[in-house]
Amino acid sequence: MTAPTPVEVEPDLTADEVPAEVTVPEKPWTTIVWNDPVNLMSYVTYVFRTYFGYSEKKATRLMMEVHEEGRSAVSSGSREEMERDVQAMHEYGLWATLEKDE
Amino acid sequence: MSGFAWHRRSKRVIATFSGFEADLLRSLTSQLVELLRNEQAAPTDVADPLEAMMDFSGPTTEPEDPVLRRLFPTAYPDDEEAAGDFRRFTEGALRDTKAASASALIDTLEEAGLPPELTEDGLVIDVELDRGEAESWMRTFTDVRLALATRLGVEEGDEARWAALPEDDPRARAHDIYDWVGYLQETLVHALTKAA
Repeated sequence: MTAPTPVEVEPDLTADEVPAEVTVPEKPWTTIVWNDPVNLMSYVTYVFRTYFGYSEKKATRLMMEVHEEGRSAVSSGSREEMERDVQAMHEYGLWATLEKDE
Repeated sequence: MSGFAWHRRSKRVIATFSGFEADLLRSLTSQLVELLRNEQAAPTDVADPLEAMMDFSGPTTEPEDPVLRRLFPTAYPDDEEAAGDFRRFTEGALRDTKAASASALIDTLEEAGLPPELTEDGLVIDVELDRGEAESWMRTFTDVRLALATRLGVEEGDEARWAALPEDDPRARAHDIYDWVGYLQETLVHALTKAA
């Protein structure tokens, strides 16, 4: 799972000094898994481990986030990649959606 | 009934079912297959009749049946067009994959000795699954549980509600079956975790 590197702007730089050609990297998309009353915690962790290849620790943390907060951002990347992930989650019976990072 | 276990020597996931249990699993799973193959893709809402006729690629709108809506959730909740496109390109394939997994589970039970009509008492069905088969069973158990839970209206933390139902209430019986498939699922996940 990756996240865009935040662009740091020198605080004392005025707007004119910021190079005009700095390109904002395309905002990545995120796969969200939502809580449901049916799927077992062990199963959700297993899916995160086997499909995404996450460590047990990371998979468990994401699962707990789904369980306690109702949703978790489980992967991010291009729109095509996230559509693949969402489809895979649906294959596993998890309730997943994708959204563009704000 | 002890659920699934990882058999280290054969590198297989094994389980033993009574004839009654195997028959129940087959019945639940065939209902799932029927549902997946039944309700056809809703016709797409296009103005051009030729375009409409030529568009056999897949549905773009949510299924009518609440179970199917849960199995094939809307991927873009705030973008109807993108959601429709996603559905058109994925729902057909997902239905086929899920139906194929469910049918494979039934085949395995029958190959393990479950007769077309269960008449005999004391029948024992031993199943041995390789990793791929076990994962496929795990996904089918998930779909069966999602289907049962949707029909029953299962909600988070509602165990007391089901426990309070009289034993002869059909919903109590259905919920027991839902719990049983959950137990099978839990042991299967543990067996596969050991196998990893």
